[in-house]
Amino acid sequence: MNLPVLKAADFASDQDIRWCPGCGDYSILAQMKKVLPELGIPREKTVFVSGIGCSSRFPYYMNTYGMHSIHGRAPTFATGLKATRPDLSVWVITGDGDALSIGGNHFIHVLRRNLDINVVLFNNRIYGLTKGQYSPTSEEGQVTKSTPMGSIDHPLNPLSVAIAAEATFVARSLDAHVKHLAETLKRAAAHKGTSLVEVYQNCNVFNDGAMAYAQEKSQRLENTIELEHGKPLIFGTNRDKGIRQVGTQLEVVNLKDVAEDDLLFHDEKAMDPSLHFLLSRMRHPVMPEPIGVFRDVEGVATYDEQINDQVAAAKAKHGEADLNALFNSGDTWEVAS
Amino acid sequence: MSVQPEGQLIADKEISEVDGITVRLAGDSGDGMQLLGTQLTNTSALLGNDVATFPDFPAEIRAPRGTRAGVSGFQVQFANSEIFTPGDTLDALVVMNPAAMVTNITDLRRGGLLIVNEDGFDAKALKLAALTEDPVTEEIEDRYRVFKVPMTKLTRDAVKELGLGMKEADRCKNFFAMGLVYWLFGRSLEPTLRFIDNKFGKKLPDVAAANEKALRAGWAFGETTETFGITYRVAPAKLKPGTYKNMMGNQALAWGLLAAAKRSGKEVFYSGYPITPASDILHELSRYKHFGTRTFQAEDEISACCAAIGAAFGGAMAVTASSGPGIALKAEAMGLGFILELPLIVINVQRGGPSTGLPTKTEQSDLLQAMFNRNGEAPLPIIAAQSPGDCFDAAQEAWRIAVKFMTPVILLSDGYIANGSEPWKVPDVNEMEPIVVTHPPDAAEGDAPFMPYARDENLARPWAIPGTAGLMHRVGGLEKADGSGNVSYDPDNHQLMTDKRAAKIEGIANDIPAQEVFGEESGDVLVISWGGTYGACHTAIERCQREGLSVSHAHIRYMNPMPANLGDLMRSFRKVLVPELNSGQLRMLLRAKYLVDCIGFNKVKGKPFSVSELMDQIHEIADQPTPNDQHFG
Repeated sequence: MNLPVLKAADFASDQDIRWCPGCGDYSILAQMKKVLPELGIPREKTVFVSGIGCSSRFPYYMNTYGMHSIHGRAPTFATGLKATRPDLSVWVITGDGDALSIGGNHFIHVLRRNLDINVVLFNNRIYGLTKGQYSPTSEEGQVTKSTPMGSIDHPLNPLSVAIAAEATFVARSLDAHVKHLAETLKRAAAHKGTSLVEVYQNCNVFNDGAMAYAQEKSQRLENTIELEHGKPLIFGTNRDKGIRQVGTQLEVVNLKDVAEDDLLFHDEKAMDPSLHFLLSRMRHPVMPEPIGVFRDVEGVATYDEQINDQVAAAKAKHGEADLNALFNSGDTWEVAS
Repeated sequence: MSVQPEGQLIADKEISEVDGITVRLAGDSGDGMQLLGTQLTNTSALLGNDVATFPDFPAEIRAPRGTRAGVSGFQVQFANSEIFTPGDTLDALVVMNPAAMVTNITDLRRGGLLIVNEDGFDAKALKLAALTEDPVTEEIEDRYRVFKVPMTKLTRDAVKELGLGMKEADRCKNFFAMGLVYWLFGRSLEPTLRFIDNKFGKKLPDVAAANEKALRAGWAFGETTETFGITYRVAPAKLKPGTYKNMMGNQALAWGLLAAAKRSGKEVFYSGYPITPASDILHELSRYKHFGTRTFQAEDEISACCAAIGAAFGGAMAVTASSGPGIALKAEAMGLGFILELPLIVINVQRGGPSTGLPTKTEQSDLLQAMFNRNGEAPLPIIAAQSPGDCFDAAQEAWRIAVKFMTPVILLSDGYIANGSEPWKVPDVNEMEPIVVTHPPDAAEGDAPFMPYARDENLARPWAIPGTAGLMHRVGGLEKADGSGNVSYDPDNHQLMTDKRAAKIEGIANDIPAQEVFGEESGDVLVISWGGTYGACHTAIERCQREGLSVSHAHIRYMNPMPANLGDLMRSFRKVLVPELNSGQLRMLLRAKYLVDCIGFNKVKGKPFSVSELMDQIHEIADQPTPNDQHFG
């Protein structure tokens, strides 16, 4: 059978896109449309579920099935959908406010349950749709409409939270680094279990340049470090710096002083999340921030698989469900006419 | 309906035939009173009596032992005719300790049997019950027929040879009490012996043996001592022919969902967050995975409702349940379900509110919550179950409406119905009509664009599910353009869609039966009730009718939309009385909708109505002149 070969354009819906000109969301949308045809999953088997926020308008722009739901709850809709329809490819699109404040609870639980879905978290460290209040990932001291004297909240690190919840796939990418983003989305799609991809995404209206240290090509090589499984952690414009583990800490070292073999080697497959957690603690400006796949653990049963396995096991054990037998079970009595 | 003590106690045991008996068993919440009550109920049902039960227990798992706060009770009425309530006043009260006695004694009718576990009335127990002296006073002995039985001691003696520890031995005393009660009312021990064997026989043979001995000892005590001079018999009730089983409300609800799934060719996805008194629906459905039932214990109420909507989007029979405070949390998702126009059942097993309120007590004060607890114009159909067995039918009716009209449906139950029980006539599954569900099929290249918000003759939109080629569409909480379902901020479209959604829900009135009336279709007083007060209202009205009063009964099942003939019906009576276990919620709706000045009879005590208080109220209303007589000419 010849299946039609789909192109990025086939995944575009007929709706006008209403993000601000220059928004990083366009880039993520473009990469998604580019990646999906390569997965070989029919459009009708693909569902995008989102919460509320700029990013959450995403499903309207995809020619797949989609649900734009309510604040922070996209993971819960995805849970009901995927649990009953494991045949579907389900993507959750969310933002830093949606996933981490109003939806913080569901974010943790979908990760620890390991539902086989993909979560893409657009992180611009600001509330865009509500016009510029600070978000759970905003820097301490950030002046916004709701924090004229500076934010006094300590920011939440989504990847640390995810790894603490023992998420089986955790990655970070950048809207501006399109190749890396496409590759990371593809890796996420290939993972069985909940995959989380945090995408640093610029809000050029309310928080322009917040992640410029990572986004700008000129600064990226100094301020980020690309994780590769089995490889030592090396970074810098001249690839002359590395990361070494000392006790429970990570430190930046100069390759002039330290041999490559003494650097930390990345193991994304490690079941124990401790090192992945340490990597998630690397924050600019003290450390380069890792991008790429932190963690990709295989062989952990997924929620949807298990709920359906239990149904199958119960059917195998009890045979074809028989309502008559159920209704007449236990103590009954007859009333004669 | 009551035990008639004939004269003094007599030496030879006499058997008294009575129409019915109401008995309450009360003890500490660790004493096994619920188990005792359930067994007595099942046994009575198997004898062919009509039964109705009312469990009443504290909200704490183990309130301090022996205190008034820790008293757990179970009331059952068994009768030789059809009954609709667990009874008003008690014919017999069994109490295991002083706290149980003082908190229950006022419900025992004068001359009723008071059976006291004498061993439970020591100084320590009196102190725990905050009493300075033995509550079994001379006055009590004059007023009731009191039997003091040293149940703890007799139980210990009965199980002595098994070598159990004191604590284990004492734990069997509820079975001793059970045996005595069974003897007194001529119940067979067989079903309970079978229960003991099933529950403990294999795993804990010692416990099984001890319980059996205690049960038999209780029976033997009644038979051999001179304490009791009379026993009572209640003949089988004349119910409709068929197979029956004793059924609790939450179980009937779960089974109704399974039946609805079968009728519609679906499998149930049920999501819930633990809450009293709804949790048992989750427990029950979790046992039926072989029916394809998937149950999801969510991280919170919001998640539970949203997960159900996700499952509905995927084509499952989606159900979520909670009690009032949990429903409050689900509200935003219910609004989304409404605008998505997806079928969903949201069950509210009401309890005393507001907020955490009275978790184990009954109330019907969430009607206005069901009507209005959503932002914007978001009417939802509401169905109220009226009795434990009726939950089975109500659940199926909720699903029928949900899929026919593509809308979430609210199903109201309450703690009284959920934990109460009654005989349930086992239906013939082969006679169940199908509930028709259609999903539009794959579309081909070149077909007209799919319109997810096109409407059929019921104004329902198509239930197109992911996986269907060519029907890709996006749903969401933003206003939909008519037909295409695209996001639309157009003012006229919002008006149109608001009107269409409202008309769809209002149109359900044409799809439900006309309001039935028990009694004449016009007259002096129309009593309008809903939900779990059905039994008490029906009984009260039936008795008032027998007394010659011109009173009729309309018990509403469809709370929204209401039956089309209800307004005319109300105007055919001089007065309309609306008894409710709230401060007048249905009355407010009736007045607003039909401009008829209903009279309320309201109670918010965490307790159901008694038949007698309703009868008093009906008498009072019937005797009063009507303030608006001129409207009736």
